[in-house]
Amino acid sequence: MSETGHNHPHEEPRDKRSPWASRIRAIEELLEERGVLSREEVEAQVEYMEARTYQNGARLVARAWVDPGFKERLLSDTKAAAAELGVDASGTIEFATVENTDEVHNVIVCTLCSCYPRAILGRPPDWYKSFAYRSRVVAEPREVLREFGLELPENRRIAVHDSSADLRYLVLPQRPEGTEGMSEDELAALVTRDSLIGTDVPHAAREANRV
Amino acid sequence: MIRPAAGARFAPGDPVQVRDIEKEGHVRTPDYTKGKPGWIAEVLGAFPNPEGLAYGGDGLPDMPLYKVGFRQADLWEGYGGPPEDALFIDIYEHWLEPGEHGGEEKRP
Repeated sequence: MSETGHNHPHEEPRDKRSPWASRIRAIEELLEERGVLSREEVEAQVEYMEARTYQNGARLVARAWVDPGFKERLLSDTKAAAAELGVDASGTIEFATVENTDEVHNVIVCTLCSCYPRAILGRPPDWYKSFAYRSRVVAEPREVLREFGLELPENRRIAVHDSSADLRYLVLPQRPEGTEGMSEDELAALVTRDSLIGTDVPHAAREANRV
Repeated sequence: MIRPAAGARFAPGDPVQVRDIEKEGHVRTPDYTKGKPGWIAEVLGAFPNPEGLAYGGDGLPDMPLYKVGFRQADLWEGYGGPPEDALFIDIYEHWLEPGEHGGEEKRP
């Protein structure tokens, strides 16, 4: 099967493609040719991933901030809590949420590859997959967080979570001070993608800047 | 616990050590943990063994999976942060052996 009959709407012409994209496309064509995967299955998976963004995580966090019962369920059964908000993370992968407190700040990494709670948050940022982040955040987390602009209080301990196996981790950040009167939607807007990984924390001022 | 893990060899709080062996294939135990002392933070449940699953096998029998905690200072020589800093990683049972008791008071 030649690729001339294909339509890849998200893609640049063949002569402008990177070597990586060419390689992926060649593998994809072989898988199709051998009947391992169909074009429809590939497109369904692309759509599945593109329908998910970190804003799902922001909604989970905002709900947990306003509803203590939901927070308990999020921490004890993330998959079920996500389903309550209409986020379907069903499948063989399990999820866990780790809570930031005055005592501990959590940060997530996958040193072996790029494990990430994709069924909830979609695709990870590129830096999450970089060798620099994966190798450094386990060994010198405070320096790495500082480079992200996150300076933690001296007495705050760090817990790094290396998601190496069957669980994918999300961080439940602390609700910023000065957000007492905010609605759940306003709170969700404070939650950044990186704060769900632990390389950032939500700030009340961000919303103020946007208004 | 996320899934049942009947017959799990270790319980929360147990001291463990990651086996320091070389193994080819789809191994989910990173080198930086090998030979290092830690503790069982949580029994996560039994999961198909990725070392077989990755090559078209069924991964059976399911293998107990644990969240294992390490003091950062035990992982990295000359670690610059406070002694309470910790790292948690999920490790399958066949990669763990009983550790020596001691140092529990230093766990975060």
